[in-house]
Amino acid sequence: MYVAVKGGAAAIESSWRLLEAQRRGSGSIAALSVSQIREQLSLAVDRVMSEGSLFDPELAALAIKQASGDLLEAIFLLRAYRTTLPRLGYALPLDTARIALLRRISAAFKEVPGGQVLGATYDYTQRLLDFALLAEDSLETQATVSTPAAQPSAGQSGVSDRAPTVPRINDLLANEGLLETPLPADDAPRADLTREPLMFPADRALRLQSLARADEGWLLGMGYSTQRGYANSHPFAGEIRRGFVSVEMLPDELGFVIDIGDLEVTECQMINQFNGNRELPPQFTQGYGLAFGGGERKAMAMALVDRALRADELGEPHVAPAQDEEFVLSHGDNVEASGFVQHLKLPHYVDFQAELELVRKLRAHHAEAALSQADKPGAPSQPTQELA
Amino acid sequence: MIEQHYNFAFLDERTKKRIRRALLKAVAVPGYQVPFGSREMPFAYGWGTGGVQITASIIGQSDVLKVIDQGADDTTNAVNIRRFFERTTGVASTEKTREATLIQTRHRIPEVALTEAQILVYQVPMPEPLARLEPRRRETIKMHALSEYGLMHVRLYEDIAQLGAISRAYDYPVLVNERYLMSPSPIPKFDNPKMHMNPALQLFGAGREKRLYAVPPYTPVRSLDFEDHPFEVQKWEHACALCGATESYLDEMIVDDQGSRLFVCSDSNYCEERRDAGHVGTQLAVTLSSVLTHQSDCGIASERGAA
Repeated sequence: MYVAVKGGAAAIESSWRLLEAQRRGSGSIAALSVSQIREQLSLAVDRVMSEGSLFDPELAALAIKQASGDLLEAIFLLRAYRTTLPRLGYALPLDTARIALLRRISAAFKEVPGGQVLGATYDYTQRLLDFALLAEDSLETQATVSTPAAQPSAGQSGVSDRAPTVPRINDLLANEGLLETPLPADDAPRADLTREPLMFPADRALRLQSLARADEGWLLGMGYSTQRGYANSHPFAGEIRRGFVSVEMLPDELGFVIDIGDLEVTECQMINQFNGNRELPPQFTQGYGLAFGGGERKAMAMALVDRALRADELGEPHVAPAQDEEFVLSHGDNVEASGFVQHLKLPHYVDFQAELELVRKLRAHHAEAALSQADKPGAPSQPTQELA
Repeated sequence: MIEQHYNFAFLDERTKKRIRRALLKAVAVPGYQVPFGSREMPFAYGWGTGGVQITASIIGQSDVLKVIDQGADDTTNAVNIRRFFERTTGVASTEKTREATLIQTRHRIPEVALTEAQILVYQVPMPEPLARLEPRRRETIKMHALSEYGLMHVRLYEDIAQLGAISRAYDYPVLVNERYLMSPSPIPKFDNPKMHMNPALQLFGAGREKRLYAVPPYTPVRSLDFEDHPFEVQKWEHACALCGATESYLDEMIVDDQGSRLFVCSDSNYCEERRDAGHVGTQLAVTLSSVLTHQSDCGIASERGAA
């Protein structure tokens, strides 16, 4: 007597226990704390916050811990949490010129007003494994470098009080007319990707929202493709800056601007060649990227893709995947992509059964056709009868 | 054990209201895909987030919920979704199709006929029936607006010309109320006729693709076909090995190294009810060669009949 497979519920519960054991690893090793992740895996935390669309280092660190370091799973956890939060209002646009700088470089000019600040970067580390880090439990020398990172928590003194204005290089170029100035926002309220579905064509504000939460790897590949001839964008890293900026709101009931806190961001402004057209003289155009924390690779890739997606607006021919907004934006969200790719693990018995029946039928049909072909004089030798 | 930290059925009331408004529009325009502000859910996209959002938006205290995946109540994903609603609503759940007021399904329509008192919620992976012909939404929206469905007919015709039959065994396109081309979700085409003039309200949710659509009660739903190649559903030469049913959709299982097959109802509750009523199948597996001869005979015969 055959008994159909039962016990999905029991299997799920066992799976939870196994997952917890896998997450914890060997009990003889000290457990990792959320604050350790937050402080020592900070770039992972930054990525999870950017793509999880929620600036909360503690919860991002918790998500990384819960996900055993699988960043895409952590991003999913954070998104599933943020979806339950109410939308209280919209902040004013971040003023990234008023910034407590951690890093600022320009690849376009050797000297820039406000100066270049190399800051913390892996760029010049020579990528040699540092075996000294292997030594566990020894107290590592405490970094004594003071950075603005330590300061913003100091009570009322937000970035706005302290941060000097560091003019953006793009603004300096725009003053000379060499660089297009971004179109002023019209009075229509900005679309909100988290409230309404993404529809095409999307305006630039909506595209940037989508790119900001898009997968870093996807943007990296897409941006890279524009450098290799799939849409020629001739980019220069006009400026990359990382630092703390203040978030300001203008609540209706107050009527004046209030500072509600600081964010650490990395901003990238790419400068790209543009040959001009009938209406516009030759000038430089821009691509924009922004990520939380030190997401520099993400910000740069995002700027390249943003520029490529402006093909319509600038009257450029569509020749490459990176210029196709529906292709780029529909496939960049790793929560969506990861879910749909992995849903193939779900049972598809019913559909597979339907396909089985169909393929058997088509094969029988094919075999019969081949047989009747072979009966005709002068036909090639009879094909193998596979159904016997 | 009801989860206290979240609202009833997880989503906040404003989100539920927005989804219900989108559903009203969907019911008013049968088969039309309504864009909606789909939320991230604590389920992965592609695992039923659209169906879950619909169920969460319409479920009430007095509902009795049934969740099936591949026709069965005890597959892991069905268990997971049912538990989610038990945890977040405390609503009663059942495995009995007749007792349920709200049925969330993936890939099947129950064998038992539904009633006016029931709502069937489908989980939909790809709501756009034209997606495999034209991947761009901008284009397909225009094609729907103009009822420009020639491309789909050509595609089905090409199948017949090249293969002798339409090579769509599931997610077989339907025309709703003679107006909108609609994906029935990946149900086997065996289930398509059940959608036609069904007394139950049928709601479809695609969370990742952010679309909702509906087939209101007693709405005509026609599977696309040609006069000389009429639409037909899957048939089996074998009855269910457990309950002896000959009218149900069967799952095929491989039960030994020789590839012997056991055919069993995919609708587990239907099969159980029949067995409780005293129906008994052969309990026997069939050999692979028998499967192949029977099915190909059956297939060729129907193809000839159609030609």
